[in-house]
Amino acid sequence: MTAEPLLFFLLAAVAVTTAVLMVIQRNPVMSAIYLIANFFSLATLYLLLQAQLLAVLQVIVYAGAIMVLVVFVIMLLNLGDERALAERINLRILAAVVVAFALLLELLYLFTGAGAGNGSGALPPASAELGTVESIGSALFGVFLLPFEVTSLLLLAAIIGAVILAKKRV
Amino acid sequence: MGIPLSYYLGLSATLFAIGVAGVLTRRNAIVVFMCIELMLNSVNLTLVAFSAYRGDVAGQVLVLFVMAVAAAEAAVGLAIVIALYRNKQTVNIDDMNILKW
Repeated sequence: MTAEPLLFFLLAAVAVTTAVLMVIQRNPVMSAIYLIANFFSLATLYLLLQAQLLAVLQVIVYAGAIMVLVVFVIMLLNLGDERALAERINLRILAAVVVAFALLLELLYLFTGAGAGNGSGALPPASAELGTVESIGSALFGVFLLPFEVTSLLLLAAIIGAVILAKKRV
Repeated sequence: MGIPLSYYLGLSATLFAIGVAGVLTRRNAIVVFMCIELMLNSVNLTLVAFSAYRGDVAGQVLVLFVMAVAAAEAAVGLAIVIALYRNKQTVNIDDMNILKW
């Protein structure tokens, strides 16, 4: 039980480090690999939060399917010449970092600081049955049945759109 | 579980801000794309944390929907990147300005 805070801080450090490395890395392939590491640490955090199904889906869908797609496109486009995309430290990057840092301060104030209302303390933890396939499935096919069906339409539209956009001659 | 909810929210806020910084600074369209995925994941972490601490499964179902939307977004977005590369031979988003006034 005492290992949990240690595990959380370790995983949080890994997640933040890999995210920063992903952003500052020049090579897009290395960025993709750091993002995959970030996804794995988030999946383990989901396990800490008793969301077992989501942890498995995070690895399969994000670290598996989506990142394979991204790496495939990077390889397909063969972006060898990184000099053409050389990014210098200039006023725009400085402004972007300042804006992102201001957003971070706002979010931290809202979530953890004086702006947080009820719920910032350590609430009673959830039971281990919360994130099982059974409980999520019964919610998905009960209350959330209509959104679930609409999701299939969304995926169909995405498939058709992707095929038409990537075709050589439209 | 001795970890307060605010720690998870702070972590996801940090990840979101890193994603925003990446979207604003990077010029490679695919890296911008990956930063958007990072932001979606930080929101997922928020949803899972709230779901676990409130004992409500609705947050985790919402994460499933976010994953489906992210998959659709990845397919369409990467197809757009391929189409743009075919037309302009670049993935630098500063060169993609044909919709600009």
